[in-house]
Amino acid sequence: MKGRKDIAWKGVRKQRIDQWGHIKPIENDFLLNPLLLDIRGSGIERKEYYMADEIKKRKTPLLDELEEGPWPSFVTDLKKMAEKKPKANDLLGQLELSYKEKKGHWKHGGLVGVAGYGGGVIGRYSDSSELFPNVKAFHTCRVNQTSGWFYTTEALRELCDIWDKHGSGLTNVHGSTGDFVFLGADTDALEPCFSDLTKAGWDLGGSGSDMRTPSCCNGPARCEFACYDTLDMTYDITMTYQDELHRPAFVYKWKFKMAGCPNDCVASIARSDLAVIGTWRDNIRIDQSAVKEYLDKGLNITSDVIMKCPKQCISLDRNELRINNEDCVKCMHCLNVMPKALRPGKDKGATILIGGKAPIMEGALLSSVLVPFMKIEKPYTEFKDLIERIWEFWDEHGVSRERIGECIQRVGMGNFVEAIGLEPLPEMVSSPRDNPYIFYEEYLEEGEEEEE
Amino acid sequence: MVDKVPIEELEEAMYNIVKEYSGKKKFKPGDLTKEMIAQFGEDRVTKKECKDALKELIDSGRLVYGYYGGTSVELPHVEGAAKDI
Repeated sequence: MKGRKDIAWKGVRKQRIDQWGHIKPIENDFLLNPLLLDIRGSGIERKEYYMADEIKKRKTPLLDELEEGPWPSFVTDLKKMAEKKPKANDLLGQLELSYKEKKGHWKHGGLVGVAGYGGGVIGRYSDSSELFPNVKAFHTCRVNQTSGWFYTTEALRELCDIWDKHGSGLTNVHGSTGDFVFLGADTDALEPCFSDLTKAGWDLGGSGSDMRTPSCCNGPARCEFACYDTLDMTYDITMTYQDELHRPAFVYKWKFKMAGCPNDCVASIARSDLAVIGTWRDNIRIDQSAVKEYLDKGLNITSDVIMKCPKQCISLDRNELRINNEDCVKCMHCLNVMPKALRPGKDKGATILIGGKAPIMEGALLSSVLVPFMKIEKPYTEFKDLIERIWEFWDEHGVSRERIGECIQRVGMGNFVEAIGLEPLPEMVSSPRDNPYIFYEEYLEEGEEEEE
Repeated sequence: MVDKVPIEELEEAMYNIVKEYSGKKKFKPGDLTKEMIAQFGEDRVTKKECKDALKELIDSGRLVYGYYGGTSVELPHVEGAAKDI
């Protein structure tokens, strides 16, 4: 940086006077020890500036502690990236400051995005851009992930090359929404980045009050328990509801998650507004020769399988396994312990559950059963009809920032089920035989209500 | 048979309501649809037409999506967080 005249201005920002006498901020100037500065107060203790053509490492004693221990540390990755990316270097500095002051230094943006889309970009700005000019804008882009998170190395390189070109190079693979997340872009970089992504066949995911990027487990690609094609359904839903994904029109966010079997590896029951969990309605398939093999190899079926069955519907009769399928609640324990001997039945489909969410506005909710069994087959017409009826109801009755689960709690499951045209079923009720709030009208004798 | 509201008129009505309440009230896309149905009548505009009108307004850049807790539709402006303190 030879030949530039540097001045310090209230310790806030380093500036230079250009050849026309205009004061300009210096880009990529790095503070050797920003933690000693009190930039907004008057008590500026130290003004040690450092400028160099190379990026100088920041001192991060607090963050360094996160590198200790046996686990991989994001700090190590950040430092690695900071050697070549000024944004990553300033991010380290700001994070260290946050740890020191015990407060965050991000401001939430709300307007940034790409033309026509209302989701996919989450605005972030630094409230300490004087100290960390390279993270003044540090927006996040959510890239719609592949179904089941399968990538070729070529695809990963392509994504990383695009992000190296336009952003900080830092990624979060994958974010809690499931998207492939690009962390840290300038506002001006968003459109070119989006353009490069779309040219390469990628798209942004969801954010805001829209349908979030649907996600699913590996499904039949790698799992023998998958009861339907989670990958295909996720792709189909994503393509069918492009408007709902990119143009937020709901009262709040909406998440789909497809799990191939009741193991629910994507935690759809807890983390999605609408969970599609694979199941079957005939009998568990048993290979008795494989059962014998497990016994021969020393598996204690009585203690490890039979005693752990929540419905006590398994028995062992002279080395033959018997299952009372009518009592089975598809907990998957026996199948998980003896995958070679037990398989889901052949009449496969899914249970549709509604209302799960993590705590944000209200507390966490687990999903409730909406449809105990639905055949999940292309073109998913029955499923889509149901979804559209639910959205119609939510649009009409949901209030601002109310998830569907909260909406159902407010209006009552009975009213909701009636409004979307479903018949109430015992499977919708947790412990229906013991629940004092559930009545079976057909069991009431005529005149019984009046007598009470 | 009732006259349907042309999409251009719907766009203009949506834009005007956002402009009128700018800084006072944030409209969600669904709120705008409800406003339009209330203004023109259920027989003259449908939800689908409102959705199409909003799509045009967003694609033309006259209105933009904003996010502050929930998504709303706003006039384009430099957001507060982007400004230096």
